[in-house]
Formats: sequence, structure tokens, C-alpha cells
Amino acid sequence: MSSASISASAAPVRIRLSRDDMVLRTALVVIIALLAVAVVFPLYSLLSMSLQDMDGEYVGLENFRIYFDTPALFASITNSLSVAISATLIVLGIAFVYAYALTRTRMPLRWFFRGVALIPILAPSLLAAISLIYWFGNQGVLKSWLGGGSIYGPVGIIIGSCFWVFPHALMILLTALSTADARLYEAAEALRTPKWRVFWTVTLPGAKYGILSAGFVVFTLVITDFGVPKVIGGRYNVLATDVYKQVVGQQNFEMGAVVSLVLLLPALVAFIADRWVQRKQVALLSARAVPYQPKSEPLRDGLRFIFCTIVAVTLLAMIAMAAYASFVTFWPYNLTLSLKNYNFDVMDGGGWEAYFNSIRMAIYCAIFGTGLIFVGGYLVEKARGVSWLRTLLHLAAMLPLAVPGLVLGIAYIFFFNHPDNPLGFLYGTMGILVICTIVHFYTVSHLTCLTALKQLDPEFEAVSLSLKTPVWRTVGKVTLPVCLPALLDVGSYLFLNAMTTVSAVVFLYSPETMLASVAVLNMDDAGDIAPAAAMAMMIVYTSAVFRILHALLARILQRRTQVWRKR
Amino acid sequence: MSEAQQPYLKIEDLTKHFGEFVAVRELSLEINGGEFVCFLGPSGCGKTTLLRAIAGLDPQTTGRITQNGQDISSLPPSERDFGIVFQSYALFPNLTVFQNIAYGLENQRVPKPEIRKRVVELLELVGLPEQTSKYPAQLSGGQQQRVALARALATSPGLLLLDEPLSALDARVRASLRQEIRALHQRLGITTILVTHDQEEALSMADRIVVMDHGSIEQVGTPEEIYSTPASPFVADFIGVMNFMEAEVVASGTIRVGETSLSCDTTNVSSGEKVRMTVRPEDLRCHTKTVDLPNGLPVHVDTLEFLGSFCRLKLKGPEGFSTLRADLSLQQVHQLKAAPDVPLTVEFPPDSLRLFPDIQ
Repeated sequence: MSSASISASAAPVRIRLSRDDMVLRTALVVIIALLAVAVVFPLYSLLSMSLQDMDGEYVGLENFRIYFDTPALFASITNSLSVAISATLIVLGIAFVYAYALTRTRMPLRWFFRGVALIPILAPSLLAAISLIYWFGNQGVLKSWLGGGSIYGPVGIIIGSCFWVFPHALMILLTALSTADARLYEAAEALRTPKWRVFWTVTLPGAKYGILSAGFVVFTLVITDFGVPKVIGGRYNVLATDVYKQVVGQQNFEMGAVVSLVLLLPALVAFIADRWVQRKQVALLSARAVPYQPKSEPLRDGLRFIFCTIVAVTLLAMIAMAAYASFVTFWPYNLTLSLKNYNFDVMDGGGWEAYFNSIRMAIYCAIFGTGLIFVGGYLVEKARGVSWLRTLLHLAAMLPLAVPGLVLGIAYIFFFNHPDNPLGFLYGTMGILVICTIVHFYTVSHLTCLTALKQLDPEFEAVSLSLKTPVWRTVGKVTLPVCLPALLDVGSYLFLNAMTTVSAVVFLYSPETMLASVAVLNMDDAGDIAPAAAMAMMIVYTSAVFRILHALLARILQRRTQVWRKR
Repeated sequence: MSEAQQPYLKIEDLTKHFGEFVAVRELSLEINGGEFVCFLGPSGCGKTTLLRAIAGLDPQTTGRITQNGQDISSLPPSERDFGIVFQSYALFPNLTVFQNIAYGLENQRVPKPEIRKRVVELLELVGLPEQTSKYPAQLSGGQQQRVALARALATSPGLLLLDEPLSALDARVRASLRQEIRALHQRLGITTILVTHDQEEALSMADRIVVMDHGSIEQVGTPEEIYSTPASPFVADFIGVMNFMEAEVVASGTIRVGETSLSCDTTNVSSGEKVRMTVRPEDLRCHTKTVDLPNGLPVHVDTLEFLGSFCRLKLKGPEGFSTLRADLSLQQVHQLKAAPDVPLTVEFPPDSLRLFPDIQ
């Protein structure tokens, strides 16, 4: 050891960048720039629009003062909150029992109940409302059940919302409840703890964060949803429909901006609260945990079976009614079945063209979205150095989750339709619909990619470097093949959401780029409720076929490329 | 300086910051060609940081690294010459054993038949022939680590870096792989750096050990030097088991612990100084009560810990000797009839006692 010899210069060492480093850094900057243009700038336009008057003059908070002084507008806040909170509590209660029965019991037919519960994901939220009209509307089959009450209003919104958000809540709760450590239950049993006490002291605390998270997600989905209240809300105004009315109905963009900022607030609060909860959640399940094996309890399992059957039948009834109504020639007078309502080309609302536009858009979203989001996720997780840039990209990728689709759509109008914007050519094209939809569903896909990437050994990149292998080769030979199942999931998620979404694109379509989900809305608006049901069912059929194809493809891939997972 | 004496790897004044935290502080080190060096220290001592700086994976904040006469401080990892093996193996899970080992060769556009030949050769070398078409998940941990080793050696790097390669394996596999890696090194003569927190691993494998603590080198030396002449109380405590006693130098050649005077070598300390006296448990000699010896001390047995081939006795002595441990063979235990509360005399051989200035 000779430390005395030469004193090396104390200047900080700067590693020369390899070509890979430069490619990765360029890609980082490009994706951050893309997200800035597609998320941050539009939101800024929205903010500045809310501070302007009709002539584009800065007026400070004047618009907000007008808003809060207008009781009709202000009432929507309480309406929105009460509807969202009611739906959240109802869905949480039902979904928790349902998820518990699926994960912690030996109830029969659990696989069937799991499958049924996920059906609403295939449909746009509008479908729930349309179906409710056929069941309980003015000419509804079961109108008498309401005993003189009306489905048009808060009741309809709450029931409809519960239907379409149910699978979202269920999936989170299933995850939360499926991880249980048998040792805790054995310990409780050894201490002679009664069942109800085990439930309160072991089961619930273990699922606590899952329940909170599900609550925030459901609340945000309901309060920002526009499809259900638009169709079945009647004269009951909520924030989401106000935004639509201000912008599309009254062309009052400034007030639209104000309302959407008001709508952004609860979504933002729920988002931050959810992040906070997620951070508190430490892995309860250590590597040494022993998976919990539920025991058979005939009586309780029977009761659970009855409960789950009621829920499943209700879910199926919603879909089934829409399907049935779509084939009925003229409700309720001519109940013979026909394809008359599927003859979209003779009706207003975009015709079959809209349907094929939707499929095109969904495919573009799946392909380009998955590619972009995976590259972004890879850079965040695996790029070397420049940690501040990677953090920036991660934050930009998290932001869309906090922005309701409706708000995003309006922000896009203001930003891309601005005369000075060089990107204005995108306005009214398929391109803007694809961009907006990818951005709208960016965060969940981003997190899925991150989860998949985190499962790869962090040293793969270091090994490749030591073997003098360029990064693209390792990505192509190792990272991508290993992440393939996750990429399929992301692509499928983007496709399904692109098929069913209404909220953002409703402001951005043009006559040439009419979409199926928007057509449902417009036909319903025009009173063509049966064709609306038919178009909504087209979306369901397509999504279902796509899901089946996805499952088949995933299975084939599993067999072909994932052999190595077998021990 | 002649060519032969030029160190293969030379680290000068290397410092690495992680924000405010200084992981490695002004560290200098030379490693000769063909040497097997272990970086040994507790977790957080900077040993892995140093290794990753040498690889260029986490470049140092300041300082210079020279490899084979070339300043590599600012080179990206892909332009440095090293092979690396990680604790987690980091084998590509979707590639077979063959594809994993061939990975680096394919990139060098080595012709196919040659790759095949080389892979077979490497698998023989690491003792895994005929496993070519298996996937990593189908192999045991020890086998996976052998494949990782073969992959790192495939491109014939000038420097092999091993980052805790044996820590994830169970004890038996660890012991046998230790021998194999050592034998492999003897055969290939590749300059090798092994990072470990396991002293046994370092002592049994290394030509030289670099003991590190708090981002600095505590001692560099052969395993025997490190064990028998530790340069600091930290090294003395970290390597093996050691008895520590507070003492005072009363005269040249004599120290006092509590009320007891002991003779030992006091050349590195001065008279009147407070020191820490150390002695290994296996260097203490135990006798029956009746013997009277220079440097002897009457004690009682407190507890006996049976450790297989030997017993570790906890002894209660007079003031200053409250926690004294001595290792005895089973035969000695029987001869002395050592059992709790049995009185014994412990002899402190003067040349086994080492003194460190007491800095606290």
C-alpha cells in the first residue's frame, strides 16, 4: 500500500458517456418533453383559461367568484360529493364481502364469480345507465319496484356507478385479501381467539390499505365519470355534466375551465391521499410467510354463496338487459327480436364508421402506448445516472392519474386549439384522440411496467456492460422477453379503455373521427336509446372477443417463450 | 521501476460521496497482477462501493484508478476490462446456461463453432458439463453461481470482480465453492477481487486481505498477518474472536490489568500509557489450580460452550478480567475436569499479548 506516492488531482471524476448512455439520456429527454406537451402544457392552458374573460383578458379569480355565486352551479359540488361518497361506501361494502368470499373461503364456484365480476370492465359506463333505464325507467320492466320514485337522478347515478366501478374496487381488494400469512391465523387460534376478533385484529388490519386505496379509486372514478350522470342523471346536476354543458352546450369555455378545476380538486386530493396510503403500506407479507389455506365452513360458505349469487345476477342482469333491449324491435310495444337497432348507418351518431374508428384508435393506443410507456418505464427503472431526470419522468408519468379524463379533454381543447400552437394541426384528428387516450391511461400502465421491470435483477445492466454488450441487445434478448406478459397486459388495458372511454374524447372528436362510445352518448342524447344500447353492446362484444384473444395469446406465449419460468 | 513491479491495478486517493455521506474516503491501494485480493469489512464499510468504482458502475467522486498502466477513471464500464459476478447471480432467466455463457462472446462476433468450444471448456472449468440447455431456474444456487462465474470468464477479462458471490448460498455449498474458486484462480492466474463480509471466506481464499471500516483501509496484509498481527483494535475484533482488556503500561515490558501485573512486549507503547491488551482465546493456556506460573492468573470457570471440536470457556477472574474467554480442546477439558465453578490458572503467553494505545 503506497498512499504517499502521487496525489491524484482532486477534481471530480466525470465518466465519459458511452453511446448507450447518450441514447438513453436522449430518450429520457424526449419522453419528458412528450409528456410535458401532452399533460403539463394543456393543464397550464386550462389554468390560465380559468383566469380569463371571454375576450381573453386576465381577470384573476373573477370566474371563480361568479361560479360560487351561482347556486345552480355551486349545488353540483354537494351533489357530486354525495353521489360519489354514497357509491363509494356501497361498492366498498359489497366488493369487500365478495372479495373475502373469493379469497378467504372454500365457497364453491369461486372462479365463476370472479369471472362475472369483471364483466363491467368490458362496457362503457354509459351502458349501466342505459340498462337501468330499461329496468327502472319510465317504460321500465321493474318500474313498480321504485314505488313511485324515479330512477332519473341520484338513485340512478349511484346504482349505475356502483355497477361499472365494481370490478375496479374488487380487483384492488382481491389483491389486498389474497396475501395472508397463515402463521398469524395459527397464532390467533393458538391463543383461542374468537373468529370475529381474528377478523377485526388480523384480517381487517391486513387489508386496511387495500380498502383505503379501493375507496380512493372508486371515489375518483365516480366523481369524474360523465357517462352515467349524463344518461340517467335527469335534472340532477353534477360537476362532470356541468363541465360538458358549459363547454359543449353553452360554449362558455372560461366557466368550463373553472368547473373542471373544481372537479380536479377532489380527484387531486384522492390521488395524494392514495399515494400517502401506498407509501405507508409496507410489505406485510415477508418472504417467509406461509400462505393461508381457508377451511370449509358449510353454513357460512352457503350464506356467502347466496350473497355472491345475488351480486353476480345483478351484474349479469345489467348486461343482459342492454343486450336484450338492443335486439328488441320497438320497446316496449314490439318485443320481437331484430337487428334493426344495429343498422347504425341510417341513424345519427356516426354509424358503423364510429365503431371502426374506435377499433382503430384502440389498436393505435395499444401499440404506440405500450411501446412508449414501456420505454419510459425502462428509463425510469434501469437507466444509469441522471437520477433527477428519471425522477422527473416518473413524476410526469404519475400526474395523469390525478387528472380526470374530462379535465384532460378540456385542457386539450384549450391547448391544441389555440391559434398560436404549432401543434394545432393535430386538433380534430385521430392523432389527438390517440395521444389523449394514451395519456389518460398512462399512469396505471406505467406502474404495471415498473412492477414487471423491478422483478428483473438490477444487475443485468451491469453484467451486460461488463460483457461489452450494447443496451439494446440486452433489452431485446432479456428485458423484453421477460416482460412480455406484462406488456400484453398493458396493451390489453389500453385497448379496452380506449374502446370504452368517453370522458376525454367527447371534447376532441370530429365528424370524421367519431367514436363508438361517443356515438352511444349522442344517440342516447337524441332519444335513440335502443341504438345506443346496440352500439354499447358492440363495444362489449368487441372487448369480450379481445379479452378472449388476449387470454389465448397469453397462454400460447406462456408456453412458447416463458418455458424458463418452470422449475 | 521495472515492468514486473508495476502494480496491475492502482487506486489513488479515491473518494466517493453519496450526497452528504462519504462511502469511501481518500483510499489508496495497489493490487499486483495475478493476485487474489479480498475486500473485507462489516456492511456499510465501503467495500462494495470501492468494487463498483473499479468497475465504473458507480464512479468515484474524486481520485484515480489505473489498470494495466492505463488511467481508466473516466471510462464508462463498457470500455473497461473486467468480468463481474454478483451475489444474486444475475443470470438472464430466459436464456439457457449455454446462451448465458455465450452472451458476451456472441457480441464479439466470435464464430459459432468457437463459441461452442469455449462454452464447453468453461463449463468443464467450473465443473458443470452437460448442463448447457437448462434454464437458470432449474439449477441449484451453487450451480447458478458457477454459471455466472463461467459467463464472467468467457470473454477472458483481465480482472475478475466478485461481489459477495457466496453469501446467498448455504454453508456446505459455500465451503466447497470457496475451494473451487480458489483453485480456479490458481489455474487461470487472473487478477481477482472478492468482496465479502465473511472473514472465514477472506482468510481461506485471499492472497492478501484489505480490511475496511468506515470507508477507509484498516489494514492490508496476508491472511496470517491480519490474523496474528492485527494493526488496530478494529481488525483484532473483526477477525476471529478476541479478548480485550483495559491495561496500563507500568514499566518497559510490564503492564498492569486491575491489580495484576503481566509481562509482555511494550515496544509500540510508552510507559504510563493507558492501553488495550488483546489475546486470542486459543492462545490462553489453562492449568489446574495448583500450578504457580509467571503471567498466571487464578480464575473460576463461569460457563462452558460446546462448539464441536473444542470448548469455549467463559472465565471469571479478578478485577479487569471480567469477560475472559479461553478455547480448550475436549481432551484438555477432560484433563482439567473443567466445569462451572472449578478453579483454574490461566497463563498469558507474553508473545501472544498485543497492546494498542487506548484512543478513547
